[in-house]
Amino acid sequence: MKAELPLHAPGTQLDKGYIGQSVPRPNTQRLLQGRGSFIDDLRFPRLAHVAFFRSPYAHARIKKLDFSKAIKSPGVLAVFDGPKVAEYCKPWVAVLAHLKGIKSPPQHAIAIGRACWQGEAVAAVVAESRSQAEDAVALVEAEWEELPVVVDMEEALAGKKIIHPEFTDNICFKREHDTGGVDDAFAQADLVVEDTFHFGRHTGVCLEGRAILADYNAAEHSLTVYHATQAPHMMQDIFSRHLGIPEANVRVICRDIGGSFGIKVHVYADEMATAAISVILRRPVKFVADRLESFLSDIHAREHRVKVKVGVKKTGEIVAFDLDDLTAIGPYSVYPRTSGIEGNQVVNLTGGPYKHQKYRAKMHCVFTNKNVTCQYRAVGHPIAVALTEGIVDLAAQKLGIDPALFRKINLIPDEAYPYTFPSGIKFEKLSHHQALDLLLKKMDYQALREEQKALRGKGVYRGIGLAAMIEVTNPSPAFYGVGGARISAQDGATLRLEPTGMVTVMCSVTEQGQGTEAIFHQIAASAVGVSLDKIKVITGDTGVTPYGGGTWASRGAGIGGEAVLQAGRALRSNILDIASKILSVEKAELDILNNEIVNKLTLESKLPLAELGRVAYFRPDTLPVDFQSELTVTRHYTPRQYGFTFTNGIQASLVEIDPDTGFVKLLKHWCVEDSGTVINPMLVDEQIRGGVVQGIGAALYEECLYGPDGQLLNGNMADYLVPMSGEMPDISCFHIETPTKQAQLGAKGVGEAGTAGAPGAIMNAVNDALLPLNARVTAMPFTPERILKALRKV
Amino acid sequence: MEHAVEATLTVNGAKVTRRIQPRVHLVDFLREELGLTGSHIGCEHGVCGACTVRVNGEIVRGCLMLAVQADGCTVETIEGLSDSQELARLQKAFHEHNAFQCGFCTPAMLMAAQDLLLHKKSPSRDEIRAHISGNYCRCTGYQAIVDAIESVIGK
Repeated sequence: MKAELPLHAPGTQLDKGYIGQSVPRPNTQRLLQGRGSFIDDLRFPRLAHVAFFRSPYAHARIKKLDFSKAIKSPGVLAVFDGPKVAEYCKPWVAVLAHLKGIKSPPQHAIAIGRACWQGEAVAAVVAESRSQAEDAVALVEAEWEELPVVVDMEEALAGKKIIHPEFTDNICFKREHDTGGVDDAFAQADLVVEDTFHFGRHTGVCLEGRAILADYNAAEHSLTVYHATQAPHMMQDIFSRHLGIPEANVRVICRDIGGSFGIKVHVYADEMATAAISVILRRPVKFVADRLESFLSDIHAREHRVKVKVGVKKTGEIVAFDLDDLTAIGPYSVYPRTSGIEGNQVVNLTGGPYKHQKYRAKMHCVFTNKNVTCQYRAVGHPIAVALTEGIVDLAAQKLGIDPALFRKINLIPDEAYPYTFPSGIKFEKLSHHQALDLLLKKMDYQALREEQKALRGKGVYRGIGLAAMIEVTNPSPAFYGVGGARISAQDGATLRLEPTGMVTVMCSVTEQGQGTEAIFHQIAASAVGVSLDKIKVITGDTGVTPYGGGTWASRGAGIGGEAVLQAGRALRSNILDIASKILSVEKAELDILNNEIVNKLTLESKLPLAELGRVAYFRPDTLPVDFQSELTVTRHYTPRQYGFTFTNGIQASLVEIDPDTGFVKLLKHWCVEDSGTVINPMLVDEQIRGGVVQGIGAALYEECLYGPDGQLLNGNMADYLVPMSGEMPDISCFHIETPTKQAQLGAKGVGEAGTAGAPGAIMNAVNDALLPLNARVTAMPFTPERILKALRKV
Repeated sequence: MEHAVEATLTVNGAKVTRRIQPRVHLVDFLREELGLTGSHIGCEHGVCGACTVRVNGEIVRGCLMLAVQADGCTVETIEGLSDSQELARLQKAFHEHNAFQCGFCTPAMLMAAQDLLLHKKSPSRDEIRAHISGNYCRCTGYQAIVDAIESVIGK
């Protein structure tokens, strides 16, 4: 069902404007011509460059730092240690009140006294060029006392070696959830299946490294920060509070950003140090993480060991889920979102598509001496989806029920909504059965099964894997705000009619390439009644846009888009007020269509908007004396009826395994997604595909490997494998549209769906292919080595 | 401090002579010395391809070639190939197919795509996928890029 958008007054013949159309993105020609402005492209007078001296040890006491040689190196302006920077930048503790019991020690911009992971910055060298700063970093001399290292998460949980002396264990956060009745349900089940899944640690690998250019103006005690961040207002608040600069004096500007995926929504110690150094040196200072330090210091994600158990009836009905998740987060919870969220999501979401009523879960987040982990695209979902779908497939296999049929038996019925899942989360309206049916039809499931069977006879091992999913989108303040984080769940949009009849849109949701500016164009043009070329969208500047949360948790379209829609309607109404005065016609008889005021019924043109703008701005003397035109309007939106606006979808993967080499060849991938109103299908599809490819990376290639001493073994682009075009399959996307009724736009989020479901679909496809060979894999990524081991060949 | 060496390059049609430290790689020289910031730095070890530029007609990794090695060479960057309109049809196709998101890899991806089209009249989808495999894109699923390149074949 297509969303009904009352963009125009009821009774008119006007269509829904640009909503649902695959129009190309505006504001992007510069990127095609190499004329964008990423932070490293900006040129500033007196710009200083910072490079960091990072700990070579995973855990060590800093006995002595000697900067005497470094400070004399050519071009060097200053060298700072942790205590010096701490005079200007307050430390932080990343906990949230609603994650009960979460704990983490204070973290400083530059480590003081002790380094807790290999790559933690312990000194900053500032020079006139980056190369001079790096030359001098090599001249920093340090004396270290190595401390015991905790690398393995089971060892961390056991707590024989405690990383932080102020604590009595290595547990950052734990959570238990129990509906009751799980043991009884298992006792009454015809079959209980159990397995353990491992999820490798991986990272976002944004092509543009983290980047910040901080420009402190001592005369005004003001700080302008050009920052590759997803959340400029959040960072404005943090710079203000931690550097002691009034909020109004801090401006955060996001120009072009080279990929984010959640990596660039966190507070990074080296970036805070860069801002502090700008204050200390009273000049602009830039830091761009190079690739090697990105691997060491960009947040990592995942690294879970999950035991999961499911009880089923002979007829296929799932009766209960039991979960035990252990995840390692590095030595600090990451500020300000905390590192407890991913584990928390695994507890919330496991088993999510299914209608069982009994559920028990326990989860531990533990400290280790590896790089920190935090929220990366699809937070917790790839874990919850893969282990749910993995154990569901195992149960179906043991019962001899086809996996598609097994899901049909267990998926929550489409008419059951609103629905409360046993973990406590609430679903407004999902469409699992419609999605499954559409997927099976589009992929021609039966034919693929027959082909698979025929090929097996010829020694070709193909597998088909399904993964149903639910996803958190459009989060309310329940995500962070209720826990005390100063992270906005609301966003705002300002629309201004310019004298020429153009409309400027300023929105607090940022653009990282996902196309937010494009959909704001479409929504604003449709809501006001102008053509796309009349819209100019500006985002990513705390000095310009309304206040808001920015880009994370698949919220741009659903929250920012709704604010744009509401502002657009208000502007339309205000324009019609003026038109009514100019034309001496009742407002109710007028509308706006294609840049002109028209008669609502006949659509006859009455007045171009450019003429209305001329009168309103330059000849208001011709309007009634008691009338003031208002051609700038601002509206905000916060989702509040539900904690999250859940979406649903299902993915399928077709793979072929070479049992001699262990290589997995991806043949085809399908995704059916219900993200409510689709504003621009072309953007949505490629965003899903990009997400699927990141999920494929997690399933088959990507892992941050650490040695027993806590050293990252493959922290470079050659050894850490990122999916390349040659090994990716074509990915078919299809949509069901169940608009959310919480907002008039009806849009739900979509940015994380691909990443959420792909690993589970691939795992099930791989295991389906391996089944006749009596092999099974449950540890991602499924490297050739792991597959050959499962096949007992190595 | 290393000794600087004088080198003369023809960059986007214009002759430039500079004293260059031998350790400076080509893409840093283009970006820092000439202000041609369209060639991006993604890994600095020759894997991601974001720094792809054309030297004497062949695409190279700007991070694996020293600037002084380009003495006497013709260097073309995204800025030059945009202004000469050589990439116009690919740029249009990339725009129409939404074949980029953040745009960081895009200039280099266009260079690699054009290189394929210069060497092969009508490459297959697999050949397109293979040829751009030296250029990482982390945003798209590559499919729109392949679609865009495929769409200009024969045009």
